Amino acid sequence: MVKAKTCERLGFWSTRVAILISLSITGYMLFYIISKGASIISWDFLTKPPTSGMTAGGIFPAIVGTLLLVTLAIVISLPLGLASAIYLVEYSSKESRFVRLVELAVYSLNGVPSIVFGLFGMAFFVKFLGFGTSLLSASLTLSLMILPTIVATSVEALKSVPDHFREASLALGATKGQTIVRVVLPAAFPGIITGAMLGVGRAAGETAPILFTGAVFYMRGLPTSIFDPVMALPFHLFVLATEHPNISKVEPIQYGTALVLLILVLLISLIATVIRYRYRRKRKW
Amino acid sequence: MKEKIRLKLSGKILTFPPASVSILAVFFIFIFVFSQGLPLFSKISPFNFFFNSTWRPTATPPSFGIVPLFLGSLLVTSLALLISVPLGLLGAIYIAEIANPKIKEQIKLTVEVLSGIPSVVYGFFGLRVLVPLVQKTFGLPTGETALTGGIVLSIMILPTILSLSEEAISSVPVEYKEASLAIGATKWRTIRSVTIPAAASGITAAIILGLGRAFGETIAVMMVTGGAPIIPTSIFSPVRTMTQTIAAEMGEAVFGSTHYNALFALGIVLFTVNLILNLLAIRLIKKKKW
Amino acid sequence: MVKSKIKLQTKKLNVWYGNMHVVKDFTLKIPEKKITAVIGPSGCGKSTFLRSLNRMVELVPGARVSGEILLDGENIYDKDVDETEIRLRIGMVFQKPNPFPKSIYENVAYGLKVRGITEEKKLRLLVEESLKKVGLWEEVRDRLNRSALELSGGQQQRLCIARALAVKPEVILMDEPCSSLDPIATAKIEDLLFELKKDYTIVIVTHNLQQAARVSDYTAFMYAGKLIEHGRTEEIFERPKNKITQDYITGRFG
Repeated sequence: MVKAKTCERLGFWSTRVAILISLSITGYMLFYIISKGASIISWDFLTKPPTSGMTAGGIFPAIVGTLLLVTLAIVISLPLGLASAIYLVEYSSKESRFVRLVELAVYSLNGVPSIVFGLFGMAFFVKFLGFGTSLLSASLTLSLMILPTIVATSVEALKSVPDHFREASLALGATKGQTIVRVVLPAAFPGIITGAMLGVGRAAGETAPILFTGAVFYMRGLPTSIFDPVMALPFHLFVLATEHPNISKVEPIQYGTALVLLILVLLISLIATVIRYRYRRKRKW
Repeated sequence: MKEKIRLKLSGKILTFPPASVSILAVFFIFIFVFSQGLPLFSKISPFNFFFNSTWRPTATPPSFGIVPLFLGSLLVTSLALLISVPLGLLGAIYIAEIANPKIKEQIKLTVEVLSGIPSVVYGFFGLRVLVPLVQKTFGLPTGETALTGGIVLSIMILPTILSLSEEAISSVPVEYKEASLAIGATKWRTIRSVTIPAAASGITAAIILGLGRAFGETIAVMMVTGGAPIIPTSIFSPVRTMTQTIAAEMGEAVFGSTHYNALFALGIVLFTVNLILNLLAIRLIKKKKW
Repeated sequence: MVKSKIKLQTKKLNVWYGNMHVVKDFTLKIPEKKITAVIGPSGCGKSTFLRSLNRMVELVPGARVSGEILLDGENIYDKDVDETEIRLRIGMVFQKPNPFPKSIYENVAYGLKVRGITEEKKLRLLVEESLKKVGLWEEVRDRLNRSALELSGGQQQRLCIARALAVKPEVILMDEPCSSLDPIATAKIEDLLFELKKDYTIVIVTHNLQQAARVSDYTAFMYAGKLIEHGRTEEIFERPKNKITQDYITGRFG
């Protein structure tokens, strides 16, 4: 009996140590980047373009580029993903072969490595459709990459709306379409937004899919059309950290860029997570 | 009346095409990656591609053997799992079974937020902190090694393994645990002999998904493993994974050249391996015994 | 037996869920502006029967209906009849109060908006009228924009009735509307039923025999999918003709 108790205590401690290590490594990483990057970030850093062969100036075009990329990506994939989810949950029977196929496709898409999305984007959007290395090609590639996230979270959100809301609406003489638009979607809204935010966060942080589809290391000025290439924060950080000939000189800019990217993505992720938790707790049905 | 019926059907008709987009996307990815990759085998034999141990695409004559790249990916991924599975599993047990509800919620929230950190940030941290650390600790000529890549990846996939395992463990019905506790087993014993075995398929799925993420990751490994396309001899060898080969060389590969086809062929391998891993995980998740 | 005008009538109604034959050869006349109670042990098909009256039963995958249901002599299952039109004329109140997660006002206005009424003034008027009919107006007039989910269970159920009334239906179906309410809230709903039958035809499903006896004018006893006996409520409760009805009423099974 004494042995069993000792065993238990040891076991419990091992789990505590494990979670502590897990959280503190990432915690240290955040701390490291924040402490090194905080002094770099200034108004100029955020609003000025890079100068002197990237060794000075700010990262404004990269910030704008990333915002453009994710905006376009979510504008494409949210309607697609949401409509898919509506079809899956509201308009089809669970057993239909088509639904099974869509589910399988969504799962598969979710597992495709980001670099393969990059390859596909290059072969399809850049070359085959002739969009070139551009904001459009990169956003389309990103939108496909985040589509599974959007579909899955939207499906979950729609399924969490209890059937009695739908019944009440139909019993009042509403059509199915009216019921979906007026009752189901508003009730599922927080869940759908969470999914969209998660997608945005992922799109903002990915490098591999935009590598050959639309990201450039440097361009003069901002893109003027969707057929221009763009600068992007993750790609900017990647190149500065690995390929810039004068690495020590651009080191501060690296930390600054890393911090800006981190803040952007964590903020999005935090908002999404908080909405979800809030909503789960507040929900009364 | 006809008007009304058309209106009613329109929702279904409107949402059908978007629902097919996912299927089309997978199909198109398949078609386009394979159509650019398969022509390789009219230029070199599949045997050569899969079993040749040198990758020298720009030498004369060039050589396109993926053995070193595949082993590179395998080594880095294995190291990542070796570190993150024990940590993730024990951590998940803590969150699911031991932590009090308030801490539990906070940790889960933190882990979910952390899972959003971009891979390039992990790579950057690895490059700035872990590379020098590994070099100093083991007295190596360079800190850019397979081990460093493994560590970076392990940190990166930890949130995935943690949260998915936690979900699996938490979903084990209370009755199972109560039955064990009621016959006088300690809580720890119950976790070990009842809860974990009951959650095994979910935990395995978590590990497989983590494995898939590590295997398919590009940027983070690229920044810390040195990028040498040689067969690794130890965990301290610099390596080059399949993913980073594509990322590093696509810029120089001429459209339609053998090199270009070879990089897409690497894409085929990645696509296939990850597809299999993913389907496996899905099967495991769907197979619930209760 | 029935003297007032027949509002709703089923003829040889059958309902199947897949292979399960839930409602069998059900023929029943429902008189206008009276309360008809459908009683019977749980699982006898009363809810399914009720849901076939406004075609809600069609929402269940695999459900099949045969026979006729005549609303003012017109078969609601005819091919060119639009079910949304039917549901406007035949309202429904559910077992559990199910207000939408919207404001009190929006809940009542919902059916009107769905019908295309957008004029704010008209909406306000109709919402007020409906809330007054269910006796909820005084309780909620100051918080029309608060969430309906903040109301108590009994208030929620009255709100759901108001929501159904707002679209001016002719018939109201009630599926055990008091089963999740406390006795005081139940009494309020029962009082309300007496008011409502001046203007509406009401069909109420209940497993609460006292309730059926208290509120209804006519009672139909249903058992294993079949209509066993039907008549004036006093007759059914005091002088049931059928042995099974007798056993059920006297509490031998249930």
